[in-house]
Amino acid sequence: MTSMSRTTEPEAAGAAPAAARTVPRRRRPSLWIYVFLAPTVVLFGMYTVWPSVSSLVYSTLEWRGLGLERSFTGLENYRRLLTDPLFWKSLWITLLIIVVTVPLRVGAGLLLALVLNNPRLPLAGLLRTAFFVPVVATTAIVGIVMGFVLDPSAGPINEVLSIFGAGPVDFLGSSRTSLWAVMGVHVWKWLGVTLIYWLAALQTVPRELLEAAETDGAGPAARLRHVTLPLLRPFAVIIVVLTIIETMQIFDLVVTMTGGGPFFSTLATEVYIYDTAFGAARPDLGYASAIGVAFGVLTVLLMVVLTLVMRLAQRRQEQR
Amino acid sequence: MTTAQTREPSRDLAARREPGRSHGRPISDPRTRGRGKRRIGRWAQTLVLGGLGLLWIYPLLWVLAASFKDSLDIFSGGLGLLPDSWHPENYLRAWRDANFSGYMLNTVLITAGSIVLVVVRCAMAGYVIARFRFLGRRAVLAVLVATMFIPTGLFVVPVVELSDLLGLLNTRTGLVLAIAGGGNVAAVLLYVGFFSRVPKELEEAAVMDGAGFLRVFFRIMLPLSGPVTATVVVLTFLSSWNNFFLPLVFTFSTPQNRTLAVGMMAFQGTNSTDWAGLAAAASISLVPIVLLFLLLQRYFVEGIAGAVKN
Repeated sequence: MTSMSRTTEPEAAGAAPAAARTVPRRRRPSLWIYVFLAPTVVLFGMYTVWPSVSSLVYSTLEWRGLGLERSFTGLENYRRLLTDPLFWKSLWITLLIIVVTVPLRVGAGLLLALVLNNPRLPLAGLLRTAFFVPVVATTAIVGIVMGFVLDPSAGPINEVLSIFGAGPVDFLGSSRTSLWAVMGVHVWKWLGVTLIYWLAALQTVPRELLEAAETDGAGPAARLRHVTLPLLRPFAVIIVVLTIIETMQIFDLVVTMTGGGPFFSTLATEVYIYDTAFGAARPDLGYASAIGVAFGVLTVLLMVVLTLVMRLAQRRQEQR
Repeated sequence: MTTAQTREPSRDLAARREPGRSHGRPISDPRTRGRGKRRIGRWAQTLVLGGLGLLWIYPLLWVLAASFKDSLDIFSGGLGLLPDSWHPENYLRAWRDANFSGYMLNTVLITAGSIVLVVVRCAMAGYVIARFRFLGRRAVLAVLVATMFIPTGLFVVPVVELSDLLGLLNTRTGLVLAIAGGGNVAAVLLYVGFFSRVPKELEEAAVMDGAGFLRVFFRIMLPLSGPVTATVVVLTFLSSWNNFFLPLVFTFSTPQNRTLAVGMMAFQGTNSTDWAGLAAAASISLVPIVLLFLLLQRYFVEGIAGAVKN
């Protein structure tokens, strides 16, 4: 904090003016304020702000490995990015994963939540637990386990398929099926979180309102459509955004299930960054940083646009 | 969440229960017709969802079962869960020979360190941001929120370089700092939200009694924040136990510092034929955390739900 020297100013001391008056003048908690803030500011500066800024700088470097020499190449990395088919492919894959899995998770999660929210449903707690267990299981380990479960020679899934006469499918070994297999596992793994989000949102629907609607003769479908869903709408924005953020972290699953292959069919952008920086035979940290910056900018843009669009849609709904 | 729902007495619900004694509504109510049918309907729902739920956890059960089989049995055993013969020595192989005991210790230490660091620093920051106006308050908040959506991929190269410069690369401390230092914006915001709702009088009374800044925080505010702290602990626990990207790049040259997730991948890479050992290693990694979840289910669920509510 550059403002450390200013902390003794009386204006900076105390909470709201009302509280400040009751605090004796001699006490100056202002120094403590900055002491309390320091760990977060320092660590956040080191591990978030500095990396964001330095990535910009690194992205203009030709830099072949940690500790090795670096030289300035200007926008060369970005020029390369524009014509790099793998970069565009990785963006497309990331986008496809979001477009396919987020609606699935949000939709199926809502459906499940609506059923499981019924307090009279027998064993509802146990059922919730079943759908939530994959969430706590470590993602990278789930990835490896699922490679095992999907294995064409030993896995139970192919065992089922063979019962139906469908020959063994090499889900992760074929570039036609690999991405879908990863997305399927991703939905399986994280559906429970979205379910919990929706259940939390459903808690805010007042029971009295539903009962009043019922007394007025509204059936379950009408209650859902005219009472529950409109009240859930504000949460939809939050849940979609949270779900997208989680989906960006598909790295763990991809690396452990397919490593980005076969034939780059599952190369999500974060995997490509990792490969370029650390995995490749010839590491290229400058180019990896350029990919990171481009991906970061696109992500933030996507989030901003998405939030704006959803807010707008919501407002229009409310006006009607 | 279950508890919130069933415990909340909701007065009208109780009132409705009175007249009919056992089952809710008055007998004259036309809706009571078909209540039996409705109950059957609910059980039918449970049955369908139960089947789905069993299917949901089947892959995990299958791996747990496989960890007691021998590799041949895994291949021929198909869908069955019970092993032909029991092979607990798979666990010995994974625990001792493949060093999963070490990986477990690393994971526990790194997770515990991250939790302590995140709780302490986020509670402190959240407290001052919520309770005081000071120079730079808005700037700190704005920068925190602005970085929320930046993906990990952007950070990794500089974080690794920074840790290398500080001599922290390949150390557990460096890993804890990298995991618990960046991000965690949600935790700060949770504390800001909580502390700004605590009534001012509490603090003022303590100050009148002569309590200083530190005392007010550690004796009054921090203990009050129990529920939020539980949420933050759970969220940090999940994210740091689950973390894979950072441990992976931090342990390239120090395999002894690997976490369970990274160790698992290495084990798979070098030992692709030992299916039973792989299943045992996976079970060692998954069973403790699933058990912990089952024990502390309420906190997990509320911790995650807190993200939406706030």
